Amino acid sequence: MDFSFSEEQRLLRDSLASFLADTYSFEARRKAIATEAGWRPEIWRALAQDLGVLGAALPEELGGLGGGPVDNLVVMQALGQALVVEPYLETVVIGAGLLKRIDSPAAKAAVEQIIAGELITTLAWGEPTSRYDPADVSTTARRDGAGWRLDGRKAVVSAAPWASKLLVTARTSGARREGQGISLFLVGKDAPGVTLRDYPTVDGRRAAEITLDGVMLGADALLGQEGQALPGIEATLDEARAALCAEALGVMGEMVRQTVDYAKQRRQFGHAIADFQVLQHRMVDMFIRQEQSVSMTYMATLKLDLPPLERARAVSAAKAHVGRACTAVGQAAVQVHGGIGLTEELALSHYFKRAAMIEQALGSSDFHLRRYEMLDRSGELEAVG
Amino acid sequence: MNLDFSPEDLAFRDEVRRFIEENYPAAVRSKQESGEELGREDFLAWHRILGARGWSAPAWPVEYGGPGWSSIQKFIFAEELARAGTVPILPFGINMVAPVIQAFGTPEQKQRFLPPTLAGEIWWCQGYSEPGAGSDLAGLSTRAVRDGDHYVVNGQKTWTTLAQFADWGFFLVRTDPAAKKQEGISFLLIDMKSPGVTVRPIITLDGAHEVNEVWLEDVRVPVENRVFEENKGWTCAKFLLAHERTGIAGVARSKRALERLRATAATEAGDDGQPLDQDPFFRRKMTELEIELMALEYTELRTLAREAQGKGPGPESSLLKIEGSVIQQRLAELALEAAGRYGAPHLKDDPPGENAPPIGPKSARGAADVYFNMRKTSIYGGSNEIQRNIIAKAVLGL
Ligand SMILES: Cc1cc2nc3c(=O)[nH]c(=O)nc-3n(C[C@H](O)[C@H](O)[C@H](O)COP(=O)(O)OP(=O)(O)OC[C@H]3O[C@@H](n4cnc5c(N)ncnc54)[C@H](O)[C@@H]3O)c2cc1C
Repeated sequence: MDFSFSEEQRLLRDSLASFLADTYSFEARRKAIATEAGWRPEIWRALAQDLGVLGAALPEELGGLGGGPVDNLVVMQALGQALVVEPYLETVVIGAGLLKRIDSPAAKAAVEQIIAGELITTLAWGEPTSRYDPADVSTTARRDGAGWRLDGRKAVVSAAPWASKLLVTARTSGARREGQGISLFLVGKDAPGVTLRDYPTVDGRRAAEITLDGVMLGADALLGQEGQALPGIEATLDEARAALCAEALGVMGEMVRQTVDYAKQRRQFGHAIADFQVLQHRMVDMFIRQEQSVSMTYMATLKLDLPPLERARAVSAAKAHVGRACTAVGQAAVQVHGGIGLTEELALSHYFKRAAMIEQALGSSDFHLRRYEMLDRSGELEAVG
Repeated sequence: MNLDFSPEDLAFRDEVRRFIEENYPAAVRSKQESGEELGREDFLAWHRILGARGWSAPAWPVEYGGPGWSSIQKFIFAEELARAGTVPILPFGINMVAPVIQAFGTPEQKQRFLPPTLAGEIWWCQGYSEPGAGSDLAGLSTRAVRDGDHYVVNGQKTWTTLAQFADWGFFLVRTDPAAKKQEGISFLLIDMKSPGVTVRPIITLDGAHEVNEVWLEDVRVPVENRVFEENKGWTCAKFLLAHERTGIAGVARSKRALERLRATAATEAGDDGQPLDQDPFFRRKMTELEIELMALEYTELRTLAREAQGKGPGPESSLLKIEGSVIQQRLAELALEAAGRYGAPHLKDDPPGENAPPIGPKSARGAADVYFNMRKTSIYGGSNEIQRNIIAKAVLGL
């Protein structure tokens, strides 16, 4: 048993942290998210080209550095700590994570472009009424001549405004919520019939509602086997959930640190408020949640390579646990700060908002509790739907 | 012991209900429903309608224009307003400063300030908290120095709710820096248009402009605007605190929020594809909350019944504040959960166009903002830690 990072992973962590310390101050972030674009392509370029971060967790044969889930963990935790909005999760963990499973020249080329920082993509899987179930797909793909025709709607697709290509799930057969019959397509955002409605999200990112209206695609747009996309999507989403837990560690760690610092400085009744035992215990509880979350995140990350059932159970246990910790730590952090914790001006409130969104993203705590229970009971991955 | 309202109380309830139905301004209602930000006039319009009926100050004594209601009637009235989801009667004038003026003010102050407050012609704000004086309010440092028949006031207040709309503010200022903390404070009424008063917005994490900084630079305040004796302002403040507690449990508004949550849960799908209210996880959370709310409601009714016997709300009202705030927060949390992925879009500045498809269900709109904003309820008006300290000391004698 060994919970330590390798030499390369420590280097990755330190170089990324020092890069973010130089470029990603809270002020710089605030300015960037207020621009029309809402992000900084130059940060992305630097992550790809100067630091080699985008390929760290991807296989060598695709141009990556040959790392794996632990490297994703290292990167995501650092990104969480600086509250980075750029789409590492969407493009690298999920986008490249899906594409690397697909044996086709187009997929291979796309991964190479991602590693080079030249392609932003995101997976459009959720639909207006699908909640968190990736098998709940009503968008259809029908054969049309040699190619495909896509129709449907995708909901709250994060990073879609920044992407040039979308990975889209669509049903080629079967009924809504059925595991079989889901296929994956690579769709250019400029394809006729693709309409995006972009908007900011409450945690300072960008997302879009996507309408697919008679989108005509060539035969090569289908990635992988027709109707067989779900297992790869579930596996990728599990990797993403573990990565999201790692981001949460960065976010929570900052909230704990900032809260403890503030409590030592803030004086009321002639004392630092850190002297009040009720607040001390509250901060201790935050710390406990954070530590337990570290454990669960490591556990899930290290089980990502196990067979689907064990992998999914580990990930759902972690996501349910970490999600709740996000809520509890965030609420406590604000409470200990008092009024100032509610202001837009203070970084803390932005960590709190991100934590609240992490709790929901890729399945809320309740969703994962249920998934865990069902996997436990039925022993079938299909039962997850 | 019995739990029933009297037939007269029930008739009163019907009368209030009918009045609201027939008189609530449609324009305000439609703004509330579309989530548009409410302006000064929206609040005041309703206040004036109630004022014309003689109902804008439920708790005032009859001699000042109050309706002379019993505690139970006041409760019913508040409950009906909340049930109908009206904008609240602004608390700062009617419930806070006016009772102080009634109890401690001069005849001239009563004459000058009470009628226009009743009629909704003065918007008041509360200038207590300072950057260095939050929970420890008596630690405030805004100075007022006597200069002939004026005070010259310098200092900074913060978290001043809706000061951007205010005509007047009631302020706690230090008049004797040498005295013990509580003994050197005076209670001043300050015209917000006075030279030297600057109001600067504080934007909260939900993007709203609800609170402000108020800077006071050499503001000249006539001595006649001091309520009660010099250096006796803390007495007014303590008196006011007791009034601030009325309705602090927010039972009726929470009931309405729970009804809305149930309506959302009946139509929106949960994780298993069934409506959320069929989802055993979510359903149970709603049920637990409903029972918590019931407990709070009966605690509030017991407090009212005691009040009706002339026993004013004691430190037990801290219990109402604590439990009430936690329930409001929990309701907001569940509403955000119900919104699912549609909790994420931040659409405040971007109302949907006529033709574009809506972004998620209406119930999800602003759910995250409400959740973020509701964190205030355990901080303001005396934080929940401070309320627990009060119960520990004053009730349990610890
Ligand atoms: C939305 C909003 C609206 C407001 N509106 C107004 C207004 O209109 N007018 C006005 O004057 N003020 C207003 N306030 C201010 C409010 O009353 C203060 O925020 C509150 O008193 C807490 O003070 P603080 O924010 O300085 O926190 P602090 O007093 O610094 O408290 C920080 C933390 O320390 C804890 N703490 C402090 N002392 C103790 C202790 N002895 N034991 C244990 N824990 C302790 C607190 O509970 C809190 O968790 C408003 C605040 C908010 C958030």
